[in-house]
Amino acid sequence: MESSLVNDQNAQPGEDIDVAYVARLARLQLSDEEVATFQSQLGDIVEYVRKISELDLSGIEPTSHAHPVHNVLRKDGARDGLAHDDVMANAPSSRDGQFIVPKIVE
Amino acid sequence: MTSRVSFKNRLPTVTEAVEQLDAGTCTSESLVEQVLGEIRERDGALNAYRTVDEPSALDQARAADSARREGRQGRLLGVPVAIKDVLNVQGQTCTCGSKILESYVAPYDATAVAKLREEGAVFVGRTNMDEFAMGSSSENSAYGVVRNPHQHDCVPGGSSGGSAAAVAAGEALCGLGTDTGGSVRQPAAFCGCVGLKPSYGRISRYGLTAFASSLDQVGTLTRDVRDAALLLGIMSGADPMDSTSLDEPVPDYTDGLTEDLSGFRIGVPQEYFTSGIDAEVERAVRAAIEYCAKMGADIQEISLPHTEYSVAVYCVIATAEASANLARFDGVRYGIRNEEASDPVEMYRRTRAQGFGAEVKRRIILGTYVLSSGYHDAYYLSAQKVRTLIRRDFETAFEECDALLTPCTPTAAYRFGEKIDDPLQMYLGDLFTVTANLAGICGITVPCGFTAGGLPIGLQVLGPAFKEENILRVAHAYEQSAALGKD
Repeated sequence: MESSLVNDQNAQPGEDIDVAYVARLARLQLSDEEVATFQSQLGDIVEYVRKISELDLSGIEPTSHAHPVHNVLRKDGARDGLAHDDVMANAPSSRDGQFIVPKIVE
Repeated sequence: MTSRVSFKNRLPTVTEAVEQLDAGTCTSESLVEQVLGEIRERDGALNAYRTVDEPSALDQARAADSARREGRQGRLLGVPVAIKDVLNVQGQTCTCGSKILESYVAPYDATAVAKLREEGAVFVGRTNMDEFAMGSSSENSAYGVVRNPHQHDCVPGGSSGGSAAAVAAGEALCGLGTDTGGSVRQPAAFCGCVGLKPSYGRISRYGLTAFASSLDQVGTLTRDVRDAALLLGIMSGADPMDSTSLDEPVPDYTDGLTEDLSGFRIGVPQEYFTSGIDAEVERAVRAAIEYCAKMGADIQEISLPHTEYSVAVYCVIATAEASANLARFDGVRYGIRNEEASDPVEMYRRTRAQGFGAEVKRRIILGTYVLSSGYHDAYYLSAQKVRTLIRRDFETAFEECDALLTPCTPTAAYRFGEKIDDPLQMYLGDLFTVTANLAGICGITVPCGFTAGGLPIGLQVLGPAFKEENILRVAHAYEQSAALGKD
């Protein structure tokens, strides 16, 4: 590999968790020390979690919620939302009631 | 012996306070002043509150007193409450124990909070917690650790460690917490108070900053079971703002709190008494079970065979949901922002690096991993299937039992630093509490004794979904007969 950047982008997750690669997916910048610490700690946890593969799960339905409810509908009527100014008051950067972000396109 | 702390809880329970306020023997203002005095005296050492707004608390108290004079009713009119820093109270900061939200001001009330407000509660302060409710020791707060009131060199449990410590130390009459894998029950056990986690869907999650949406539930920290029943009745019910809150009837939970358990069928799951459980904890819990038998309960050994997989399943599901829920903290709409980045993605990455603590980062990475391409089925889908098996274990058990009795935690509170560098050991401490969240059932912990070192031990009562009356009845009967847990 020529550079670490190319390496990062082409990295395929191996058998074990690749913390640097996953941190990229999670949009989280980590220091080298954090990568090393998490690599070891999460390696142990992933190893432990593999215990669920001992079970025969064929024919078992997954549970996504403890009490499955479907199609919860409300009346299709107009309601007040939160006050715009109250919501914008928490913005790190705003102008004219809109959020300002770093430039996306040149 | 280490720094064992002797203190007396000088505050009334919520029920006692309501009686005194109704009888006119105290005012909300005097009660709130008393609470503020206790906080001033003790919280420097404990750090149970992240913030207390004295002028606002006293204003609310005086307003409650004058409303009472004008004839206003309210089940909590003038009663001071402490709110975990993850639930929105309009106009107050809500940091979730995180630096990333250090200046966030809640623009609305959480539904649970709004219901307390409708009954006249006074919002005194916000309690400290593990960042985004991720942790079992309250060591993960960006605002400093919370100390166990019984022994200051021990953790109070977490993540609702602030509310538990405040109630146990007599700095609050009651507190709200949230419980995703034990975050109300475990700190209640460690601090020696009552911690109730209602069934999933019992209390609206609207306005609770989400950690793991299929597991999170608002709960209470109180001095006794009657107070838990009172608060539960106030906060329960369907909410149009949370489609997972269920439209089940809300009984008066304070009814039927008797001291008689005759004919009540109680199961004791053998898997909760196996390896890793501390001998003193086991002895205290076994004695409590004996006590319930003497009160007439029909005790039977049962099995929940998939218990040993629960922490693994929890690690996958909770972190997967957390990684999705916490994606919203990117420096755009609220919280801090890293100003050095020149493009949006770099801004997200740096803001999150700067704003999140180690445990939150760890869980986001694990959650992202188990959902990532090629791993989703092996981890996330499999975990959801094992969750079905865990749920079925309980369904089978509750065909023959009205409630289950277990230890709440494998050990009493431990020292600071003991587990913080070994996250797997920390997670394994939640073995007896995560199951209720995975199955969506209800659970409560009541104090059932102390270790030789003076640390509280918690007895956990588990009940079927939407059968909170069952667990409240057992917990109340035990608490009253055993006369433990106060002071």
